[in-house]
Amino acid sequence: MLGRSANGIFWLFRYLERAENISRLIEAGFRMALTRDASDASDEWRSLIVTLGLRPGYETRYGTEYTGAHVFNYILRDKDNAGSVLNMTEMARTNARMVRGGITREVWESVNDGWMRLKEALARPVSETRLGDVLDLVRRQSTQVRGAMEGTMLRNEIYNFARLGSFIERADNTARILDVKYYVLLPSVSYVGSSLDNVQWENVLRSVAGERAYRWLNAGRMDPRGIAEFLILDGRFPRSLAFCYSKLRSNLASLAREYGTEMHCHEILRDADCQFHQITIDAIFEQGLHEFIGTFIRNNTALAMQVQRDYRFID
Amino acid sequence: MTTNSPSSYDEMLNADGSVRSAYAGYCNWYDEQPPDLLRRKGSEAEAFFRRTGITFNVYGNEDAEERLIPFDMVPRIITAQQWRKLSRGIEQRVRALNAFLHDLYHRQEIVRSGRMPARLLRNNEAFLPEMVGFTPPGGVYTHIVGIDLVRTGEDDFMVLEDNARTPSGVSYMLENRETMMAMFPELFTRVRVREVSDYPRRLARSLAASSPPACDGKKPVVAVLTPGIYNSAYFEHAFLADQMGAELVEGSDLRVENGRIAMRTTCGYEPIDVLYRRVDDEYLDPLSFNPSSVLGVPGIMDVYRAGGITIANAPGTGIADDKAIYSFMPEIVEFYTGEKPILQNVPTWRCAEPESLKYVLDNLAELVVKEVHGSGGYGMLIGPTSSRKELAAFETKLRAKPENYIAQPTLSLSTVPILTKAGLAPRHVDLRPFVLVSPNGVDITPGGLTRVALKKGSLVVNSSQGGGTKDSWVLDD
Repeated sequence: MLGRSANGIFWLFRYLERAENISRLIEAGFRMALTRDASDASDEWRSLIVTLGLRPGYETRYGTEYTGAHVFNYILRDKDNAGSVLNMTEMARTNARMVRGGITREVWESVNDGWMRLKEALARPVSETRLGDVLDLVRRQSTQVRGAMEGTMLRNEIYNFARLGSFIERADNTARILDVKYYVLLPSVSYVGSSLDNVQWENVLRSVAGERAYRWLNAGRMDPRGIAEFLILDGRFPRSLAFCYSKLRSNLASLAREYGTEMHCHEILRDADCQFHQITIDAIFEQGLHEFIGTFIRNNTALAMQVQRDYRFID
Repeated sequence: MTTNSPSSYDEMLNADGSVRSAYAGYCNWYDEQPPDLLRRKGSEAEAFFRRTGITFNVYGNEDAEERLIPFDMVPRIITAQQWRKLSRGIEQRVRALNAFLHDLYHRQEIVRSGRMPARLLRNNEAFLPEMVGFTPPGGVYTHIVGIDLVRTGEDDFMVLEDNARTPSGVSYMLENRETMMAMFPELFTRVRVREVSDYPRRLARSLAASSPPACDGKKPVVAVLTPGIYNSAYFEHAFLADQMGAELVEGSDLRVENGRIAMRTTCGYEPIDVLYRRVDDEYLDPLSFNPSSVLGVPGIMDVYRAGGITIANAPGTGIADDKAIYSFMPEIVEFYTGEKPILQNVPTWRCAEPESLKYVLDNLAELVVKEVHGSGGYGMLIGPTSSRKELAAFETKLRAKPENYIAQPTLSLSTVPILTKAGLAPRHVDLRPFVLVSPNGVDITPGGLTRVALKKGSLVVNSSQGGGTKDSWVLDD
């Protein structure tokens, strides 16, 4: 397949994944803000903007005042925000048009249909009453495209590049949430949470759709270490770093089989993936969670770059 | 069902209001349908097109919303017998076009024999000196042709235009049929209509049969070259590549490697044998033509001339659909085939000739005047619907540069009914059949794309100016 098409399919799925994750983040933030007093709610909204790396843009627009409607409208639909959900969906669709021949009609139609609905829903400012529906729409598009892909696409290079895009993006998103939330909430690792902290941590889980799974596995016990372990090392949870990397490993392995050769990105992946099998959560906390996550994000980006080079995404 | 406007040929109804044989089966079906069924289906069809993304962008308007070409659900129907005659005429014309192109780029016998003035080639940008003395693989110049036909009577089909560069619209032909079959499956069990769905397969086969010497008997690699997603016909480019199982490439994917044109794949550069390009000559090779083009491939003309690739259509075929050349088509057909043309031209005055110019100026209000190099209905004058001021302005342009124009009578194009809020109503149509040419012969898909002027009385069918399309049926014997 063309390098440009591999790039298109990779980014199509990165954008969809990102839009989906952003919608979960907003939902968690909104829920949190509802249960807090005004100043804490404002902190909550600020942390959302920080997690998404949108602080400079947001503050240029609204100054340092963080209110819910400003924040979620900025994230969802602001024209000045190149990383808005609307823009993301639009870029996903542009990429889908570019690789139209490489995806099935069903995948294309799910992307296009989702874009049309979202464009309409985001044509005017979103109110708190409408927010839930809009977020639902974003997630539903992602789910529909994923479903169409699973059900109709050949398991070939195209599929593998799509999955690489999804899981590199998902790992990045989970890592960023963990990073910011940890930093904001826990000034000291030894701090043992009050009931308020329990709410905060539950909220971290909610922003990756993991609150029920975690409770089910841990019988309702909330502690930062257990949650970090769940999000980083638990291979059963589909948004954990370990899970994303085991998928990346199998998709890269399929590519190597299909092309008959391994590339440099396979080495990088092997090293990174090994980590998740050898390291314990205690060791991570010893080295510093923040440092661990920082290194992870950098390596994850490096892996993405290497995939793009190895498979000639660009000239 | 409808009333006929007195001057034009109604393809569905006889003058006495009875249904013509072509439409008998359809009308029987139509009369049995609940009154609002078709209208309901109409909104279904629009939603279907939006979802599938069959849209086009209007030229020069890249920020504009993607638009749908309106689709009308009443088919345009041609009998088997009419089609037989049409396809004979089309084949004759397309063979003549290819022979003409070969002659123009070689000995120019037609000019030597005095049948065509040499001035038509001089200073004509569509004539490419780079093609002189070169014969494309298999001797084929126009791998894909769209012949625009208009009808003025029972047996009177005339050629309005020969599209020999990169004719578009075939994806609409295919999608219109898909839509009709999805919406009215039982209709197709009642009326037997000839298939069009194998066009992409025939196109792939036809292109593969024109492989270049460098292909050397291996299975040819075919690719479609598009200017990119902002091109008005991008949907079609992607659609055809997909249907043919060919790569859809852009200029930035390609480069010259070892005397071949190669595309950047995830495993490195791989040579292409046949390039179905949907990029105009001018942008094809910045080294030979427009130096600022980023849509083409630097050096592709050298590779082409050395036998490293087939370009479809061949560069320089635009000279054959030049409107000044068009007026010589009857002579061209006779000169190369030795036969009388089966399909007539629309009578055409060449304004470059003084007596013609005089006639045109004297009768401007009754004529259609077209720019020789224009396309898409832009830059033309429709006399009968123009104001006195518009006529005067055009007269000035005409006097200043008469050789830039041709004129034709305002034809009373035939009508086919469309579905309006008030029921069926006749609207003017044309027809663009799609023709494939390979060393193995000429292959015409039955039917083509019917374009319809949706505005009452309008003669402009171009999609960029408010035209729509219809499914076009050729009945099976």
